[in-house]
Amino acid sequence: MIGSGLSGGESKTVLIGRRMFLLSSAKAIVVLGILGRLISLQINESKKYKTLSDKNRFREWKFAPPRGVIRDYYGKEIASNKQVYQLHVIPENTENMDSLFYRLKNILNLSDEYIFKLNKKIASQKPWDPIIISDNLTWSEFSRINLFLHELQGVEPIVSVARTYHEKSLSHIIGYVSRISKKDLNKKEYLRKMNAAGMRSGKTGLENKLDSEMVGSIGHKRYEVNAYGKRIKEVSIDPGRAGKDFRTTLDLDLQRFSLELLKNKAGSICVMDIYKGDIITMVSSPVYDPNKFVHGINRKDWKELIENEKKPLINKAITGLYPPGSTIKTLVTISALENDIISPKMVQNCKGSIELHGEKFHCWKKKGHGYVNLREAIKQSCDVFFYEVARRLGVDRLSVTSKKFGLGDKVLNGFIEEKVGVVPNTKWKKKYIGKNWYLGETLHTGIGQGYFLTTPLQLCLMTAQVANGGFKINPRIILNKQNEENDLEEYIKAQKESSDNYELNNRLFSRFKYQSLFRNQENIKFVQDALFGATNEPKGTSYRSRLTKKEFIFAGKTGTSQVKKITEQQRLLEIKNEDLPYEQRDHSLFIAFAPYHDPRYSISVVIEHGGSGSKSAAPIAKQVLKKLMERHPLRMSYKNESKEV
Amino acid sequence: MYKFGSITSNISLREKIFSLDLHIVLGVFLLGVISCFAMYSTDGGTFAYHTKSHIVRFFVFFLLFFFVAFTRIGFWYNSSVLIYLLFFLLLILVKYFGLTSSGSKRWLNLYFLNLQPSELMKIGLILFLAKYYHKISPGDVNRIRFLIQPVIALLVPVILVITQPDLGTAFLIAAGGITVVWLAGVKMKFFAYLGILFLSVTPIAISFLKPYQKSRILTFLDPSRDPLGSGYQITQSKIAIGSGGLFGKGFLNGSQSYLDYLPEKHTDFIFTLFSEEFGFFGSVLILAIYILITWRAIKIGNMTRSSFGKLYCFSFATAFFIYVAVNMGMVLGLIPIVGAPLPIMSYGGSSMMAIMLGLGILMSCKIHKDEQLG
Repeated sequence: MIGSGLSGGESKTVLIGRRMFLLSSAKAIVVLGILGRLISLQINESKKYKTLSDKNRFREWKFAPPRGVIRDYYGKEIASNKQVYQLHVIPENTENMDSLFYRLKNILNLSDEYIFKLNKKIASQKPWDPIIISDNLTWSEFSRINLFLHELQGVEPIVSVARTYHEKSLSHIIGYVSRISKKDLNKKEYLRKMNAAGMRSGKTGLENKLDSEMVGSIGHKRYEVNAYGKRIKEVSIDPGRAGKDFRTTLDLDLQRFSLELLKNKAGSICVMDIYKGDIITMVSSPVYDPNKFVHGINRKDWKELIENEKKPLINKAITGLYPPGSTIKTLVTISALENDIISPKMVQNCKGSIELHGEKFHCWKKKGHGYVNLREAIKQSCDVFFYEVARRLGVDRLSVTSKKFGLGDKVLNGFIEEKVGVVPNTKWKKKYIGKNWYLGETLHTGIGQGYFLTTPLQLCLMTAQVANGGFKINPRIILNKQNEENDLEEYIKAQKESSDNYELNNRLFSRFKYQSLFRNQENIKFVQDALFGATNEPKGTSYRSRLTKKEFIFAGKTGTSQVKKITEQQRLLEIKNEDLPYEQRDHSLFIAFAPYHDPRYSISVVIEHGGSGSKSAAPIAKQVLKKLMERHPLRMSYKNESKEV
Repeated sequence: MYKFGSITSNISLREKIFSLDLHIVLGVFLLGVISCFAMYSTDGGTFAYHTKSHIVRFFVFFLLFFFVAFTRIGFWYNSSVLIYLLFFLLLILVKYFGLTSSGSKRWLNLYFLNLQPSELMKIGLILFLAKYYHKISPGDVNRIRFLIQPVIALLVPVILVITQPDLGTAFLIAAGGITVVWLAGVKMKFFAYLGILFLSVTPIAISFLKPYQKSRILTFLDPSRDPLGSGYQITQSKIAIGSGGLFGKGFLNGSQSYLDYLPEKHTDFIFTLFSEEFGFFGSVLILAIYILITWRAIKIGNMTRSSFGKLYCFSFATAFFIYVAVNMGMVLGLIPIVGAPLPIMSYGGSSMMAIMLGLGILMSCKIHKDEQLG
C-alpha cells in the first residue's frame, strides 16, 4: 500500500508538472497580451489618449471681444462698449436641466414661455455649447446668482462687454448690432469661427459695413476642471483682440442740432464737405434707440417701430427715394448748356401753363412768371421755362449728365440699405416698364417729377459737385490715411491763383487726377450764380431763408416733389397742400452750398410731406448752415491736430 | 500513519531565514513600497488616511508573511480543513452580520479592520483542495464519487460570494479552486461537462443579475454605449494609461487621477494611476515583478516533494497570476470591469492579508520542502 502510494505519488507529481507546464504556457500568452495592450495604449496610441486626457482636463470658455469704438470727427465716442453681467449655462455640465431652470426661474423671474424657448435652443445645439440665459443681468440679479452659485451646476455668471450707443441722432448711420443669425453666418464667413456666446454682428449702417474689422477676435479662458466639472484652476487666458476703432467724418454736435430741427418731422439732412466728400451730418428723422436691438428688441417696441407712419427704422438719407423736384433744374441747366442746346440768354414767356399734345403742363405759379431768362427761371423756379428746356434737351442727355453728377448710383460703399434711385431715360423705360417714352414724360422729368427718384445723399453729392466747380468727389464717412491724400481744395486754390497759366493748370490737373464733370466750367459757374440769386435776391424761391452775414451767405435751390399728381379738379378748387391728408402732401426739398464766396459745404434737406421747399426745408437748411459755418473754424483747426494721430 | 502531526520542525530560524526565496521577498517588498507611493499619490500628494493605513497594513501583513513562512508546512497541511471551515464560517457570518456598502454585503466589522472573508476564501479553497487531492490516490481522482467533495467545497463558497453580490471575487475564488482540480489530474471531459453546464445556466443566471452587473457586461462589449455610465470607468482608465505614454506624466502629476476622472483609483485602478504617472516603463516594471513572483512560486512548486506542496504552489502561483491578469486586463479594457484588486498594490486589508497568507504558505513550502506530509 505504501509502495503503490509512493508510485502513485510519483505519477501524481509528473501529471501535476505536465499540467503546470500547460498552464505556464497559457500564462505566457496572457503576459504577451497584457504587454501588447500596454504597447498599443502607451506607445502607439499615446498621442490620442494624451489629447483625450487634455480634453478631459480643460474646458475652454470663449468670450466675445470688445467691438471697435466709433468716434466722431472730434474723437467723441458714438458707439462703444459697456460692461454687462451675463448668465451662461453649459448644458453638458448640468445634471438636470429642468431642476436648474426651476431654480433659475425663481431667482431671475423667467417666464415659462422663455424657458420653453431655451429648451428648444438647447435641443438644437451641441451639449457643450453654452446657452445664454440672460445677456444683461442687473447687478442685483447678478449678485443673487453668485450667492446661489454653488447649487447651480453648469451655470456661469460672466462679466462681458456689450455694445452701447450714446447718440440717438446717429442711429441710422451707425446702425446697430444684434445676435448672429443663420443669415449672418451664411453671408459673413469670418463669423463662423467666432462661436463665442454673446457675439454680436452689425446688421445695418456702419456696424454692418465695418463689421469684419470691428468684430475683433474672440478670446478664451482655459480652465482645468475635475471629473465633476468643477474648476480647479485657470490654465491660460487669451483676452482676444478688440476690434478696430474708427474715426468718422461726422460732427456729433451738428448731427444733434440737425435732429433737433427735424423734431416731429419725417425727413433727413445731409451735409457734405464739397472737396473731401466728408459726410459731416447725415440725420434721418425720426430716430430709434439702437440699444434696444443689442440684447434683442421686445415685441412691443418692435411693433411700435414697424407701425410708425414716419418709418423710424428707415435711413431716409440713403434709403428714402424722392423725386428731386425743382432741385434737378440745376442739372437740367448744366446739361442743356453743356450740350449747347440753349444759351444763358434764352427767354421764355411763362403764362402759368403750356399745352403739349392736348395735355396741360402747369407752372407752380398759377399766374405765370411772364418773360423770364435762364437765370431768373432758376431763381424763381419757373416750371414752364424748364418744360421748354427739357423738351429741347431730351431725357437721354439729361440722364447722362445726371449720372455723371452721381444720381442713379450708390454714394457710399458697403451700406446694404442704400438705394440707387432712378434716373429715367428712354432705354430705362423700355427695359423696366416695357413701353416707349413719351415727350410729355420728358417735360415732367425736366422739373424732377415723373419717374425720377433720388436719395437725399445723392442730391447732397450733386450739389457738392456743382459747388466745387464741377469735380467728382468720393464721399466718405470713415477717416483713414488712404483717403486723406488728394486734396481737391489745394488743387482748386492753385487753379484760382494761376487761372491764366494754362500749362500750370494742366500740370495740376494731371497730378491730382480729378475728374471734371464739365466741358466748360463757365456753365457750372453760371448755375452757382443762379443759385445765389435764388437765395439772395428778391423773388428767389428761398429768399426768405437767406443768411445776410457776408461770410455766411449761401446759395440754394428749393424743390417740391409731388407724392400724388394734382388733379384738374383740385386745381380748380384751389385745394391747399396742407389740407391734403398727411401721406398725400408734397415732399419739401432744399439743396444748398455755403459759404457762397468760398464754398466749403453742401447740404440737402428733405422733409417728407412738408409742403413746398421754401416753406419747410429751406428754413431748416438755413439754421443748419449757420451752425455749420460757425463751427467751421473749429473743424479746420481740429484737422491739423488730428493729422498726427 | 501520519495522522498526528507531532513532528516539530528541526530547522533553525537562521536556516529558515537563509532558505527564504529572496526574489519573492524583495519583489513583495518592492511592490509594497511602490504601492505606498501610489497611495500617497491617490491622496493628492498628502500623507493622508489611505497612505497611512496602507503602510501599516503592508508592514503588519508582511510580518504575517514571515510568521506563516516560518511555521512548518505540516501545520498548514494539517489545519487546511480547519482553515477552510473557519473562512467558510466567516462567509456565513457575513450573510447575517455583514456590512453593506454600495449595494453589496461583503464585510465583517472587526473594529480594527473590516474583514472581507471572500478574499481569504481564495486561499482557503486552494489549501483545502490541495490537501484533498494530496490524500486520494491518482486512480480515484477521476471517479465521480471523489469529485463530489471538491465540487461542493468549491461551489458553496462561490455561490455565497455571488449572492453578496460580488461577481469578481467569486470568479477569482473559483479560478483558484478549478486550477487545483485541474492540476490534480481530473480529466478534461469533466471540465467540458462543467463548461456545458455553465453555458446552459448562464442565461438563467443573467436573469438573476443585478442591473448594474448586466450593464457592466454589455458595456464591456461596447464601451461607447454609455460613456458616462459604466463605460466611463473603462474609457477613463484607458485614457489615463494611454496618456501616460512612454515615461508617464511624473509622480503626483497624473491629471486623470487627481482630477477624479479615475474611479476607485486606490483600489482596483491603482495600476492605472501608477501607469499614468510612470508610463510604459513603470507599467512594465510592475508587470515584471508580478511575473518574477509567479515564476519563483512555480519554481518552489517544482522543488517541493509532496504533492500537497506542488498542488498548493502551482495553484497559488496560477491564482496569483490570474488575480494580476484579471486586474490588469480589466483596467486596460481587455475584459469587463469585475472588481478584482491588484495583489499587494491595491488598498484593502483583506486582500493584503489573503495574499500574504498565501505567499507565506508558499514560502513555508520552500523552507520545509523536504518535510513528509500525511
